[in-house]
Amino acid sequence: MSKNMNLTLKVWRQKNADTKGKFVTYQAGHVSPDMSFLEMLDVVNEDLTKKGDDPIHFDHDCREGICGACSLHINGRPHGPKHGITTCQLHMRSFNDNDTVVIEPWRAEAFPVIRDLAVDRGAFDRIQAAGGFVSVNTGGVPDANAIAIPKVIADEAFNSATCIGCGACVAACKNASAMLFVSAKVSQLALLPQGQPERYHRVQAMVAQMDAEGFGSCTNTGACEAECPKEISITNIARMNRDYFTAKLIKQEEA
Amino acid sequence: MSNFAKTFSSSLGKKLVMALTGLFLCTFLIVHLVGNLQLFKDDAGQAFNAYAYFMTHFTPIKVVSYLLYASIIIHAIYALIISLGNKKARPIGYAVQAGNQNSPWTSRNMGILGTILLVFIVVHMGDFWWKYHNADLPYAKYEISLDNPNDIQVSELPYDANRLVHSEITDLQAGKRIVVSKDLYKIVNNAFQTWWYVLLYVIAMSALSFHLIHGFRSAFQTIGWNNSRYLPLVRFIGVWVFGVLVPLAFAAMPLYFFFK
Ligand code: HEM
Ligand code: SF4
Ligand code: FES
Repeated sequence: MSKNMNLTLKVWRQKNADTKGKFVTYQAGHVSPDMSFLEMLDVVNEDLTKKGDDPIHFDHDCREGICGACSLHINGRPHGPKHGITTCQLHMRSFNDNDTVVIEPWRAEAFPVIRDLAVDRGAFDRIQAAGGFVSVNTGGVPDANAIAIPKVIADEAFNSATCIGCGACVAACKNASAMLFVSAKVSQLALLPQGQPERYHRVQAMVAQMDAEGFGSCTNTGACEAECPKEISITNIARMNRDYFTAKLIKQEEA
Repeated sequence: MSNFAKTFSSSLGKKLVMALTGLFLCTFLIVHLVGNLQLFKDDAGQAFNAYAYFMTHFTPIKVVSYLLYASIIIHAIYALIISLGNKKARPIGYAVQAGNQNSPWTSRNMGILGTILLVFIVVHMGDFWWKYHNADLPYAKYEISLDNPNDIQVSELPYDANRLVHSEITDLQAGKRIVVSKDLYKIVNNAFQTWWYVLLYVIAMSALSFHLIHGFRSAFQTIGWNNSRYLPLVRFIGVWVFGVLVPLAFAAMPLYFFFK
């Protein structure tokens, strides 16, 4: 078994959305390299609670990389130094003894801090609600595979659908742009036959909501794709752009 | 708001404007480069001065040039609007941000690179475009042998407000063609004798290189062109034609005059 580590944590502490926050330094001793990053914070929080201090607030739920709740901007990168994982999948073996670890919340106007490291990602829900669905009339259950879909298209739609709404794309983008998230949600339906009836309405409604939430615009830096735990491709962004301009400039559908 | 106005006030619409004006500027660069290759001709500037006259007096080209000025202005204004909007989208920045680990430097510095280009464009147009149109430039008189077009006698004529910008007559008896034109070539030649002016051009062309290494392919992504078969071609053109060949060829011009 490898040796335990001592780390210096610089953690953003902020009471609520209306107060100013600041960095507070903590020493995390006896950190096992086998702990996940969130478990490391759990231990720090246990100590804080014992001392009567307020524990550090951070979001988490599944702790297996599928819910998207855990956030954390760690040493300058969303979900820390590793590629293609969430913070709950990050292990302390990715750090060295005596490292200083800077932990910040996602930073975006559209993601206000609720407390400490937890931010309100409700903007994503409102974008989804604006059009990220298909309308299905009730009736008899259709046969499975009644509609033929080419394998490559099904795969592509599935890849887009793996987005877990974590917001790392927004956090990583220098413009706090939500284009990767929105384009994944647009694409997963635009690629499939079931998504066609609302295709051009959907893209307009979701982009309008994205703009209304105050996200930045896309400079095509590719930072989102590089930091996305589900490795969603920026091809989705080009597809969404194409659908949006087609809808606005060529098609007749109203927004 | 009409659908059209709504489109161009959306974040995607503003990016479309950037992309289309940017690509238009890219096509202009090719034309400008090919034309300016006349500078390398060993003819005391005869071809270059004739080309300068053609570009400023041929109506279809004049129309396109106004489109071009508009594109530069619109591109710069939208760059500013988009950049301000992007700043607003993240009012509190990160204490630590490792952008170099997830994105190329060029893509994160389009605004700075573009600002260098804007300063350059203003200086460049002031020194050549404005002078050609408004200043009292001297004239060059070329006497070109009809038998051997490479035999050119050149002499300088002083500025004269009544003289045509460009005139040509063929004197069959003397066996030569006589061309008189405003001598922009001389202005170019003189400008590039100063080392810091040459340096300014070289720096601006590096900025152009970095701006277009990201900008060219970025524009295709913005307009929604992501066809996987042709994307490698777009990337190749962006890097090698607009990122390397075009800036190098432009930078060679001041260097050529400086070291000539
Ligand atoms: C010869 C001159 C120029 C050419 C050929 C050019 C070309 C381009 C191209 C093709 C793009 C990509 C558009 C996209 O991503 O969709 C771009 C983006 C950009 N340009 Fe230029 N440009 C020029 C001058 C300028 C100037 C003068 C400025 C600033 C004053 C500027 C600022 C920008 C900025 C900030 C972007 C990034 C916009 C974004 O994606 O957020 N450019 N340019
Ligand atoms: S696109 Fe990737 S980074 Fe963005 S919300 Fe979805 S899973 Fe997270
Ligand atoms: S806690 Fe669910 S993805 Fe990390």
